[in-house]
Amino acid sequence: MLDNSPRFTALPAAPGVGYKPQHFSDVMNDATPVEWLEIHAENYMGDGGRPIAQLRHLSEKFAISVHGVGLSIGGEGALDADHLVRLKTLCDWLRPASFSEHLAWSTHDSHYLNDLLPLPYTKATLSRVADHIDQVQEVVGRQMLLENPSSYLAFDESTYAETEFLDEVAKRTGCGLLLDVNNVFVSATNLQIDPYAYIDAFPVARVGEIHLGGHDEETDDHGAPLLIDSHGREVADPVWTLLDHTLERAGPRPILIEWDTDVPEWAALAEEAERAATALQKVPA
Amino acid sequence: MSVSQTAFHSALLDASQDVPGGLSDGLGQPAGSRFAVYRNNVAVSLTEALEQSFPAIAKLLGPDNFKGLAGIFLRKHPPDTPIMMHYGAAFPDFLAGFEGLSHIGYLPDVAQLEQALRTSYHAADADPIAADALQAVDPDRLGELRFDLAPALRLVRSPWPIHQIWAYNLEPGAPKPTGGAQNVLILRPEFDPQMTPVSDGCAAFITALQRRTTLAEANDLAVAEGGDFDLSHGLGLLLSGQAITRITFGDAP
Ligand SMILES: [Fe+2]
Repeated sequence: MLDNSPRFTALPAAPGVGYKPQHFSDVMNDATPVEWLEIHAENYMGDGGRPIAQLRHLSEKFAISVHGVGLSIGGEGALDADHLVRLKTLCDWLRPASFSEHLAWSTHDSHYLNDLLPLPYTKATLSRVADHIDQVQEVVGRQMLLENPSSYLAFDESTYAETEFLDEVAKRTGCGLLLDVNNVFVSATNLQIDPYAYIDAFPVARVGEIHLGGHDEETDDHGAPLLIDSHGREVADPVWTLLDHTLERAGPRPILIEWDTDVPEWAALAEEAERAATALQKVPA
Repeated sequence: MSVSQTAFHSALLDASQDVPGGLSDGLGQPAGSRFAVYRNNVAVSLTEALEQSFPAIAKLLGPDNFKGLAGIFLRKHPPDTPIMMHYGAAFPDFLAGFEGLSHIGYLPDVAQLEQALRTSYHAADADPIAADALQAVDPDRLGELRFDLAPALRLVRSPWPIHQIWAYNLEPGAPKPTGGAQNVLILRPEFDPQMTPVSDGCAAFITALQRRTTLAEANDLAVAEGGDFDLSHGLGLLLSGQAITRITFGDAP
């Protein structure tokens, strides 16, 4: 009989990294201390060739997290039915340990903008996002994790704090949450709120995965700090400290290092993962 | 006041528009240049996606021209799916229709070649026929064969030396283009698409096979187009490139 059950049913509470094709042989050789990998779903939606062949090999060795960047869950319009089917197809053959997407929109009138755009937190957007997540979980046939965004501005019309909004969406839909600690630090700095208060208000019991990435520092029109979520460098020290606080509250969780631009040699990623492993060792299981 | 995604979207793509009201910095001051972070992300990420797919065009135009051109293209032809490996299929035609570039006649054809390389890279896998499969066919009936070709096969025909231009711009030490028309056959024996310049006859041969003519008809068409066409060379190319996936007699579907 064909064994169709997933080899890895969950991500381990250990370091993972965002997979880049140039690291294929490093990863297959010795990925220590990395125990799992995350891929951007949209990069594996071709018909064949190397990307898919590599992913098949990786999935035999590592738990895989499928991270979508293009579903536009926060979009005003209906979800793209074709894209939902593509996600389902990918999850069906790959049988990943986790599937996640963003609290953001990226498509308008069928125009895809290739960026994670912000939405106001209101009753209307809450029920729209919840409806979309219900639809995703039904079509893909599994629970998804929803990730908190990095914000550069706020909507005057918002009536929920982001943490309340995410909590309510998770309660209504049964989805889990992906807590990006760098995004928390970036948004909190940009919108002048306390990142520790944000973590303390976050429904950590629902967190299935943590993200860490690097950011750039700029300033806005008034000379106030404006952090840009660039994923192009090491995780900043204050974000590591915020991670310690998060793990104290949440307990050990799978921790992903995201490095998407100016991607370094594998050794630099392994070093960041080592730092995440050290942070995890400090936390009682 | 509420900000619709229509208003947000329209201001994103048109920097001459005001930043929508109702957006602030968290302390109640207008968002101002913070909105530009999103404007910038959209333009930069789509420009980078194009540059990744059309590296020879980027090299030929230089960074500033490419960025300017990409800015026009991405507003005129925004992606219609989130799959960036497909973005820019309209780029070769856009280049062909762009007046300011008409003096670089080969540009659209080089873009066509890059588009072919990329789609070949992501095309479906297919098992080739055995290397000796043709030898097992009754020689008297060889001409009646029809071929299925691999999904990764591409053929780009151009009045310009597109392969030379491509190589000169992307491969260190490649010689300067010498001119003349080039047909480029792209095959993917494993995972990396391989380019081979082929004669007019060979290009006609492959085009005929793609239309599922018989081998004999394809050979006739090839010889008619290029008198020096050599059938065993054409077949050898396809076999070594693992590009024949099935052989059938007659009109079998
Ligand atoms: Fe993230």
